[in-house]
Amino acid sequence: MITVLEPGLLSTIQDLGRFGYLDIGVPICGVMDSNSAGLANILLGNEKENAVLEMTMKGPKLLFNVSTQIVITGADISPHLNDVSIDNDKIHDVKKDDILGFGKLKTGLRAYLAVKDGFKTDMVFGSRSFYQPVTGLNQISKNLKLAINKPILSVNNTVQLAKLKSVDFSKQFLDVYRGPEYSQLSKSQSNKIMETPFLVSKLYNRMAYQLLPIIENHLDSIITSPVLPGTVQLTPSGRLIVLMRDCQTTGGYPRVLQLSESAINLLSQKKERDIVKFKLVEM
Amino acid sequence: MKYYLKYKRYNEYSILIEWPAVIDEDILTNIINFKNNIENSYIESLVEVNSAYNSILVIYDCPIEDVNGKINELKRIYTYLSDANLSSTYLWEIPVCYNEEFAIDLDHLSERLKLSKSEIITRHSQQIYTIYFLGFLPGFLYLGGLDKLLQCDRKSTPELNIKKGAVGIGGNQTGVYPQNSPGGWHIIGNSPIQFFDAKRYNPCFAKAGDKIKFVPIEKQKYNEIINAIALKTYSLKRKLLK
Repeated sequence: MITVLEPGLLSTIQDLGRFGYLDIGVPICGVMDSNSAGLANILLGNEKENAVLEMTMKGPKLLFNVSTQIVITGADISPHLNDVSIDNDKIHDVKKDDILGFGKLKTGLRAYLAVKDGFKTDMVFGSRSFYQPVTGLNQISKNLKLAINKPILSVNNTVQLAKLKSVDFSKQFLDVYRGPEYSQLSKSQSNKIMETPFLVSKLYNRMAYQLLPIIENHLDSIITSPVLPGTVQLTPSGRLIVLMRDCQTTGGYPRVLQLSESAINLLSQKKERDIVKFKLVEM
Repeated sequence: MKYYLKYKRYNEYSILIEWPAVIDEDILTNIINFKNNIENSYIESLVEVNSAYNSILVIYDCPIEDVNGKINELKRIYTYLSDANLSSTYLWEIPVCYNEEFAIDLDHLSERLKLSKSEIITRHSQQIYTIYFLGFLPGFLYLGGLDKLLQCDRKSTPELNIKKGAVGIGGNQTGVYPQNSPGGWHIIGNSPIQFFDAKRYNPCFAKAGDKIKFVPIEKQKYNEIINAIALKTYSLKRKLLK
């Protein structure tokens, strides 16, 4: 068990998501930055499906009730174990009664805590990813107990030496493909979208990132159609909305671009006023 | 009936299939049939299939390497589409309380549509609606068949907190909010029914292709149904269509 002493700003259990329920309107969910979360699991020798704790901007304070091993990846939120600073992307042995805390956000936005064998919180519809209508929880809260396994033996993990690298979160280019309605854009609109540095507006969360500035737009809505994380919608008012992991399953705005998986991961590490630029790539 | 379909790669691991851009029951039947046939075929690394009014998204669990191969595989299934997998469809009777307490926008809507409140309720509850697909929120049904006289633009600014069960009208659509949510539709009633329950084996009773009818109930009946649902003694009325 891990006991939550302080929940942080938005800390949720996530795995690779919930598949097979889009047709009853249940979003996929899952880790926002699958690259960083995957790195944490690989370093620990976990399965890639193992659930991790996704922590946003301000980390939680956690009490370990059992000994285990942990790795923290993604954003650097100045993690410390019993008040001693520890590094991201390294395996740390944690003893019973140790306390993991966080400090100032230095890079990125979302950090990942992986524990040996993964978090064992409730699995609903094949996934542990928090999504309120399905799991009943939006985020962890004070005094919540998070189930983890006590590792049978501590393994010296040599994968640690592998050339796995975390991504530079200050990069601005997001690789995008043409979306189904891309061809409906005028030449000047598509030029504008490709040339403009966009700012992340204050409206950004696990469902979607809204970008600024708005661009001129005369495109009508479309007949409601499927969407996926990474779909970039253009609203009638000219706003670009990038759908993220908790997005709804269908939408009625033209889908002008589609982010690659690596672009979704990078955008997940952006926050208000960060700059992004789109770069069109072929599939 | 066969349609000319467009196949497009959507992202690394999915393919979009599009029908003509119209809302039509024959297209719906064709989409459901194709979706069932895809789901019942052996397709390597297929994860799931999501459908909407005029398209299907086929999702795989790893990046697609040979996109033409995958598209041809889907085209073959469409060429030999079988009706054998068409599942039974039902007409569901959804109780709705149109009392003032719930119908917070009915007065306003009555002025706007120039119809009496009782006429709005009658027209809303006499139609049989077709479920085209589920989306937006878990258990939210996209319904076709709203009476033309009830069509009305959405509110210009969405309300922040629409109550679970609220029955609304917006544009040419009507529907029930399966949980508390923001929304821009005009609210004319509330249904006590649970449209989505993660604790049930089948979390949502309805599926694309089914039909529904709204049945007006009084507040007392509404409360009885709420209690019966809590005691797990309530079952929704349904009729087998085919």
